Amino acid sequence: MSGAATLRVEQLGMSFGGLKAVDQVDLEVPAGKITAIIGPNGAGKTTFFNVVAGFYAPTAGRVLIDDEDVSGLPPHKVARLGVARTFQTTQLFPAASVLDNVIVGRRLHTRSNVFDAVLRSRRHRREEAESRENALEALEFTGARDLADVLVANISQEARKRVAVALALATEPRVLLLDEPAAGINPHETEGLTALIRSVAVERGVTVCLVEHKMRMVMDLADHVAVLNYGKKIAEGPPAKIRSDPKVIDAYLGADHDA
Amino acid sequence: MTLFAQQFVNGIALGSVYALVALGLTLVYGVLKVPNFAHGALYMAGAYVVYVMLTAVGGSYALAIAVAVVVIAVMGAAMEFVVFRRLEGKSSVHAMIAALGVLFFLEGTADVIWGPDFRPVPTPLDGVVTAFGINITEQRILVIVAAIVAMAGLYFLLKRTLVGMSIEAMAQDREGALLVGIDTRRVALITFAISGALAAIAGALIAPLVLVFPTMGAVIILKAFVIVILGGMGSVPGAILGGYLLALAETMAGTYVAFAFSELIAFALLVLVLVFRPTGLFQKGV
Amino acid sequence: MGSAHVRRAVALGVPLVLAILFPLLVNNPYLVSVAVSAYVTAIAVYGLNVMLGYTGQLSLAHAGFYGIGGYTVGILTSDYGFSFWLALPIALAFTSLLGHLIGLAALRTRHDYFAIFTLAVGVMIVIVIERWESLTGGTDGLIGIPAPGSIGPLSFTSLNSQYYLALAFLVFTIYVVWSLMHSLVGRTFLAVRNSEELARAVGIDAGRTHQLSFVISAALAALGGGLYAAFSGSIGPDVGDVPMTFNMLVYLMIGGVASLPGPLVGTILIMGLMQALQAFQEYTLMILGPILILVVVFFPGGLAGQGKVLFERLTRREADQ
Ligand SMILES: Nc1ncnc2c1ncn2[C@@H]1O[C@H](COP(=O)(O)OP(=O)(O)OP(=O)(O)O)[C@@H](O)[C@H]1O
Ligand SMILES: [Mg+2]
Repeated sequence: MSGAATLRVEQLGMSFGGLKAVDQVDLEVPAGKITAIIGPNGAGKTTFFNVVAGFYAPTAGRVLIDDEDVSGLPPHKVARLGVARTFQTTQLFPAASVLDNVIVGRRLHTRSNVFDAVLRSRRHRREEAESRENALEALEFTGARDLADVLVANISQEARKRVAVALALATEPRVLLLDEPAAGINPHETEGLTALIRSVAVERGVTVCLVEHKMRMVMDLADHVAVLNYGKKIAEGPPAKIRSDPKVIDAYLGADHDA
Repeated sequence: MTLFAQQFVNGIALGSVYALVALGLTLVYGVLKVPNFAHGALYMAGAYVVYVMLTAVGGSYALAIAVAVVVIAVMGAAMEFVVFRRLEGKSSVHAMIAALGVLFFLEGTADVIWGPDFRPVPTPLDGVVTAFGINITEQRILVIVAAIVAMAGLYFLLKRTLVGMSIEAMAQDREGALLVGIDTRRVALITFAISGALAAIAGALIAPLVLVFPTMGAVIILKAFVIVILGGMGSVPGAILGGYLLALAETMAGTYVAFAFSELIAFALLVLVLVFRPTGLFQKGV
Repeated sequence: MGSAHVRRAVALGVPLVLAILFPLLVNNPYLVSVAVSAYVTAIAVYGLNVMLGYTGQLSLAHAGFYGIGGYTVGILTSDYGFSFWLALPIALAFTSLLGHLIGLAALRTRHDYFAIFTLAVGVMIVIVIERWESLTGGTDGLIGIPAPGSIGPLSFTSLNSQYYLALAFLVFTIYVVWSLMHSLVGRTFLAVRNSEELARAVGIDAGRTHQLSFVISAALAALGGGLYAAFSGSIGPDVGDVPMTFNMLVYLMIGGVASLPGPLVGTILIMGLMQALQAFQEYTLMILGPILILVVVFFPGGLAGQGKVLFERLTRREADQ
């Protein structure tokens, strides 16, 4: 089940009471490509991810991963079908080491249970070793290998972003959803992270869908951009075209946004 | 029919006490966002203050109730000031465990002072009123009336005073309250004092009808939790309505089904509600 | 590397050797019997730690499971003539099953609602124990529960032999918890405690994880309770009552929640102190209450947490020099 997958949503809707946070969105995120979703604050970008990843069951429409309908599945099942995500605010476990944080991403590929753990069965030993190996490899890929034994509480904001990506990669996703991966880090660090995200798509062949306010980064990275405003998709196309789309400029200016 | 009417009145009297206890619990939940396991101990302490006033100090029952209200309100405020204030920003588990610590302390202290025995409290109002073929003790009438007065007072406080409105604002949105310049610590302190006063009124009113003992708050606090979960954590009307309904259900079940059954109603309700609506019957709202 | 191994060997070996020599060193049956109850209680406190420390939920029904384990062993051995060695696994299985069923309902809630729900469950368990007189002996409880039968040449009628049996079960419990927490299963527990959202996003079934934690916690409570019944020869409803859960919570918080030595350290220390200060027994609650608050406010890691901080400060100073 490895390799990139296409993420497609059809007429997707998510309402909270009367508020339509996502409204009739049709979007295709092509396999192996980088697609960016932009839009002013409160446009529904995070909600869109929450629906795709199974945290909310959509109130309308469908979510398809390579034509398999995953709408309404709980998040852990969606993750098992190959959708990984990071969060707008990283939620890593500060009191554990970087490696211990990332290794948890291997759980969905292991089958050892309590009895294996207590009896230190062969399966347990094999899976522990493999998980460690894979987690270290994910850390290596994201450039955080040196931090493996450091507590997350003691690493920088930028390192946390990388570790969060490593954790997502440890699950061996086919689609990776990144929610504002570059929020709160400086321009230099942003460049490094941009390179990392590009290599996730190019070298790992993972479909990337990212939400980002940093326009430079979006223009650099994205093959394709979709714009949300008040839950609706108002524009879609290659970055250069989106930049000059009057509807998009309006949405941002209307929301008094300075991107 | 008279049996029903009789039990209805008894149920309303019991419901008055339940509602008062649940009100204090729900108010504190609103600002603290944590169930105060020590709340039942305030009720117990209120009953003991009345016991001491009526047996050792002397003076009227009205004075005893007033003293209980003041003493327990101060105790409630002290609880906030000494304990919960220091747990701001920590996980809810910490605050819950601290609340258990307060509960231990208060029950333990009562046990040291008065021992574990069940103590009767002199009945200040021992008359019985007969109307429509049912007998109601004056004490029960007092419970019902006093509870209504207390609730009306609380309503006035919440809706008509600045402090009360701050309490409601904070219950709905703590950060928002801070933003509009509400002194959240002061409000928390006052809320605990009010919650203590309500528990004290309940304890003071029930004391002459029952026996007082150090763990007398343990049963009622569970009922109060059931009521507050039924009525919605933080909801004032929910606590009042829930209090009367649970008491009536218990009284009627005790009369028409079996006494043992009445005890289980609260738990059965709790289990049912939480299984089908894990976040409570009503999500939110004061 | 080498020194880390040595340190670990010392940290494990010294307490174990002391524990093995304890009955010979003190040569005092009373102290040995106190140690037996502390070990047995500690086993249950480890169970509480699995829930509160590792998956982060406060279960106030814990003593209920301790009581159920104890009553199951007591009833099966004294009323139905079962061997202790058969009754104990049955008690574990039964309590785990019950824990599983209760967990299905209780774990639909989290945090404060979970604590309230389990508090109600704890009270209900005691009500059932007190009311089901024909089975449980009601408020009088059960007496005449036989001591564990012998295995081959090993008999468990003397106090010292019971001490070693309790110690063996305690070591077994600590090993189980240790091996669990040093596995992906245990890391999953911590991940769920840290952020259920993140855990679910990486494919962890948070509901099942809580459920597993609850069942393990109930099983360890039952193990402690079963041993308690067989060693003390009697059991009453207060053993499974909510105040007993409070006691266990005090031991855990003082010893150090979420740590491996915490449950043992706290249980031995506080139970030991309570025995030493029996003259002040009526003040126990009055004193434990404020201590619990102080721990939560100032030392949320308990003694084990403080020890770790101290240890790290010392070793860092060494490294600096
Ligand atoms: N669980 C929820 N319940 C109710 N309303 C919600 C919920 N989650 C999001 N919303 C609302 O949906 C709208 C979209 O929010 P969302 O977080 O998706 O925006 P966003 O585009 O990610 O914004 P930002 O750029 O600030 O992160 C907002 O109005 C928000 O208040
Ligand atoms: Mg967002």
